[in-house]
Amino acid sequence: MSTIITSAPALAPASKEPGQGGGVDYLNHETSIASWLLTLDHKRIGILYLVAMSAMFVLGGFYAGLIRAELITPKGDLMSSDFYNKSFTAHGVIMVFFVLIPLVPASLGNFMLPLMIGAKDVAFPRLNLISWYVYMIGAGFTLVALIGGGVDTGWTFYTPLSTTYLNSNVLLTATGLFILGFSSILTGLNFIVTIHRMRCPGMDWFRMPLFVWALYATSVIQLLGTPVIAITLALVGVERLLGVGIFDPRLGGDPILYQHLFWFYSHPAVYIMILPPLGVTNELISTFSRKPIFGYSMMAGASLAIAIFSFIVWAHHMFTSGLSPYAAMFFSLLTFSVAIPSGIKVFTWLATLFRGSISFDSPMLYAYGFIGLFTIGGMTGLFLSTLGTDIHFHDTYFVVAHFHYVMVGGAIVGFMGGLHFIWPKMFGRMYPEFLARMSAILIFVGFNLTFFPQFLVGYLGMPRRYHEYPNEFQVLNVFSTAGATVLGVGYLLPLLYLPWSVFFGEKAGRNPWGATTLDWTHTESPPTPHNFEETPVVTGEPYKYDTLFNKESALAGH
Amino acid sequence: MQVTEKKHAQEAHDDHGHGHELAHHFVSVEQQHDAGNLGMWMFLTTEVLFFGGLFAAYTIYRYKFEKVFEQASNILDPMLGAINTIVLIFSSVTMAFAVRSAQQGKSKAIVAWLGATIVFGALFLGIKYGEWKHDAHLHVFPTSDFNWTWAREKHAEGEHGHGHDSHGPELKGFVFNSPVVPANYIESDSRNPEAKQAKLFFFLYFSMTSLHALHMIIGFGVMAVIMVYAWYGYYTPHYYVPVESVGLYWHFVDLVWIFLFPLLYLLGAHLGAGH
Amino acid sequence: MSLHPPAKAWTYWANFLALCVLTVVTWLTARMDLGALSTPVALGIAVIKAALVVLFFMHVWESTPLTKLVIGMSLFMLTVLLTFLFTDYATRNYDVLPSDHAAAVSGKH
Repeated sequence: MSTIITSAPALAPASKEPGQGGGVDYLNHETSIASWLLTLDHKRIGILYLVAMSAMFVLGGFYAGLIRAELITPKGDLMSSDFYNKSFTAHGVIMVFFVLIPLVPASLGNFMLPLMIGAKDVAFPRLNLISWYVYMIGAGFTLVALIGGGVDTGWTFYTPLSTTYLNSNVLLTATGLFILGFSSILTGLNFIVTIHRMRCPGMDWFRMPLFVWALYATSVIQLLGTPVIAITLALVGVERLLGVGIFDPRLGGDPILYQHLFWFYSHPAVYIMILPPLGVTNELISTFSRKPIFGYSMMAGASLAIAIFSFIVWAHHMFTSGLSPYAAMFFSLLTFSVAIPSGIKVFTWLATLFRGSISFDSPMLYAYGFIGLFTIGGMTGLFLSTLGTDIHFHDTYFVVAHFHYVMVGGAIVGFMGGLHFIWPKMFGRMYPEFLARMSAILIFVGFNLTFFPQFLVGYLGMPRRYHEYPNEFQVLNVFSTAGATVLGVGYLLPLLYLPWSVFFGEKAGRNPWGATTLDWTHTESPPTPHNFEETPVVTGEPYKYDTLFNKESALAGH
Repeated sequence: MQVTEKKHAQEAHDDHGHGHELAHHFVSVEQQHDAGNLGMWMFLTTEVLFFGGLFAAYTIYRYKFEKVFEQASNILDPMLGAINTIVLIFSSVTMAFAVRSAQQGKSKAIVAWLGATIVFGALFLGIKYGEWKHDAHLHVFPTSDFNWTWAREKHAEGEHGHGHDSHGPELKGFVFNSPVVPANYIESDSRNPEAKQAKLFFFLYFSMTSLHALHMIIGFGVMAVIMVYAWYGYYTPHYYVPVESVGLYWHFVDLVWIFLFPLLYLLGAHLGAGH
Repeated sequence: MSLHPPAKAWTYWANFLALCVLTVVTWLTARMDLGALSTPVALGIAVIKAALVVLFFMHVWESTPLTKLVIGMSLFMLTVLLTFLFTDYATRNYDVLPSDHAAAVSGKH
C-alpha cells in the first residue's frame, strides 16, 4: 500500500506499528452489551447514535409515508384531519429534532473528529456518553407523547395554538425536546473543546480537514442557539400549566415574541443540519477527484460565516406573521447575505472537480447529488427571502419543497455520502458497491420526483398542512407520492446491505479510498481502541494526492 | 497529509501525571486543565443565552408596558434586594478563596470555604423565601390567584406602617396561607388592563428569580460533592478543575443576580422613595 | 508547583469592597428620580460590577485570549438577540407612509 500512495510518506512508518497483525480493534476488544452501553469510546458512541437515529429515521419516514398516502387523492379518505395533523407533526418533530440536528455531528462527527485531528478521544468522553443517554431520554419522552395520543401543533409549536387551544401532548413533547437540547449542547461543547485542545502536534488550524471546520461552526451554533429554544419551550410549558399570558394576546402577551425566540434557535438549527454535510462533502469531493479543495481557507471561512449569518436572519420565517414591515425589510436584506458563503462553497466544489481525476464511487455519487440538490434548495430559498414573493409562497408546498431540498437533498444525501465514505473505516468492511450506487441513484431520482412537483403545486397555491386539496392539484401530488415510493426503496437498500456488510463484506484495508487525512492514513480499519498507537505529528496540508491511486490495488494491498 | 511520527514523549515521562490526575486521552495536566476550563466557559456561554431568552422577554414587555412595570417593581423591596446582593457577593468572595485554596493544595481549606459559600448562599435563599412569602400575601404570584388591585392597596398600606398581615379576611388562600381576595377586588381587576401587564412583570420576576434560585440549589449539590472529595484530598495543585469550574459557575450565578437586582428591584424604586 | 499561581488575597477583599460600594451607589441613585437616565445609570453600574466579578473573581484579567473570545461571543450573541428583536418592536407602530397610501393599505384590510 505504501508503494501506491507515494505522496504520503507517513504510511511507511505507520505500517510497522505493533499490534497491526493482532487484529485488536475497538469493535472486538470487548463485545458485551455492557461494554457498549457504558463505553466512553467516541467511536462506539458514534455508532450508538447511528443506531438510535436510524430507528428514529425509519419512524419519521413511516409518518412521511402516511402523509404521502393520504395525499394521493384530493379527498381526506385515508385518515381524519386530526390524525393527519398528528402525522405531519410527528414527522416534523422526529425528523428535525431527533434525526437531522444530531445526524452528522453525533454519528459521523463523533466517530471521525478525534481521528481527523490525531486525538485519542474527545475532550470529555464521559460527557459524550451522557449526551447519548440524554438523547435517548428526550426521545423516550417524545415517543411516549406521540404514541399516547400525539401532538398536532406542527413541529413549530406556535403559540397561542400550542398554549391555549390544543389538548394534545404538548407538554410531554416540549419536555422531551427540552431534554434533547442538552444532548445537543453537550455534543457541541465537547467538540469545540476537542478541536481547541486535543489536536495532535503540528495540526494547526489550517491543516485540519474541512469536515472539522464544519463541525466547529456547527458546534458554535449548537452552543449559542439551543439554550434559547430550551427556555422558550419551558415558557410554553409554564404558560400551559399556570395560564400565564406571556405569549397569549388576551392576557397582554405577544405571540410574535414566541416566534422570534423560536426562530432565533430554529433558523440557525437549519445550519446545524446542513453545515456538517457540507463539511463531509468536502472530504468526498477532494478524495474522489484527487485534488485538494480549491480555496481551502475560503471554504473554512465560509463555514464560520454561515454560522454567524445564521443568527441574524431568523425573522424571515415571520414575514406574514405581523412583523413590522421595517424589520421585515431588514431581515430580508440580511437573509440574502447567507447566499454568499453558500455560493462560495458550491463554486469551490466545482473548481475542485474541474480537471480533477473524478470517479463515480458510491460516496461520490451522493456528493454529486448533494451539490445539485443543495443548489436548488438554496436558490429557491432566495425566492422565499424576497418580501414580495414570500407573501405568495408562504405556507404553501413551495416552502415544503424548498426546505426538503435543503434538509433531505442536502443534509440526508450528504449524510448518506459521508456514511458510505466512512463505513469501511467504521467496520473495516466494504459494502456491495453496485447496490450502493443503485441506492444513490434511486434516492436522487426518487427525491426529485417527490419534491419537484411540490414546487409547482406550491407555486399554484396549494397550502401545506391540509389533508384535503382541490382536484386540480392531484396529478402533481400523485407524482410526488410515486417519487416518495422510489425514495423509500432507495433508503431501504442501505438499511439492508450496510448491516449485511458488517459481517459479510469484503475486508476494506486501512485506506480504500486513497484519502490523505489522518483518519485514513494513520489508523487501522476499524481503528484500535485508542485510535493511534503513536501520536502522529503533522507537517503538511490535509489534502495532498497522488493521482496514480488505484482502488483495486489499495484493496488488494491490505 | 504529510506526517511524521514520533514516540509520544510527554506521556512517557510526564512527572505530574499519575493516578486520577491525568485521564488517559490527555497528553499533559496542562492540556487537561485547559480543556476543563474551556469546557466550563463554553457551558457558561450557554447559560448566558439560556437566561438571555428571559431577558429578551423582559426587555420587550418592559418596553411595551413601561409605566405598569415600574409600579409593579415598586411592590418589591429594594432594601432586601440590596442586602441579598451583598450576601451573594460575599459568597462569591468565599468561593474565590475556595478556588485559591485548591490552587495552593490546601484540601481542608477548600472544604471550609465551600462550606461558607453554602451558608451565605442559603442565607440569600432564606431572605428570598421571606420575600416570596410577603409576595404571596400581596397576591402577586402570577397564577389565577393574582390580584393587582389588592397588591397595590396592601402595598400602600404597608408603606405607611400598617402590618399587612392584619388585613383581609381570615381565610386560607393559594400559597403560604395568604388571605383570600374579596370578590370586588377580582371584579375591579378584570376591568383593569394594567392588571394583566403587572401580572406579566411578576411572571418574569418569579421565573427569573426562581430559575436563579434553582441554579443556586444545583450549585449547593455540586459543592457538597466537591467538599467530600476535597476532604479526602482528591484535588491537588495539578488537578483542581472541578473546584475551579464550580467557582466559575457560582460567580456566574452572582452575575445574573447583579443584573436582576436593578432590572427587577430598582426599576420602580424612585416611586416609593421617602417611605 | 501549581498550574496557576494563586492570586493575592487582598485583591479579593478589595474587589468585595468595591462591589459593596457600587451596590449602595446603585440603590441610592435608583431612589432618586433620574427620569430617562435611571435605567442607563442602573445598568451601567451593573455592567461595572459584572466586569469586576468577571475580571477578578473569574480570573479573566489574566486568562488566555480564547477565554476572552468565548465571553465576547456570548455577549455578542446576547446583543444580537436583544437588538434584532428590538428592530421589530421598535418599528411596529412606526408609520411614515404617506397618509393616502396608508389609507389605501388599511382600506384593503
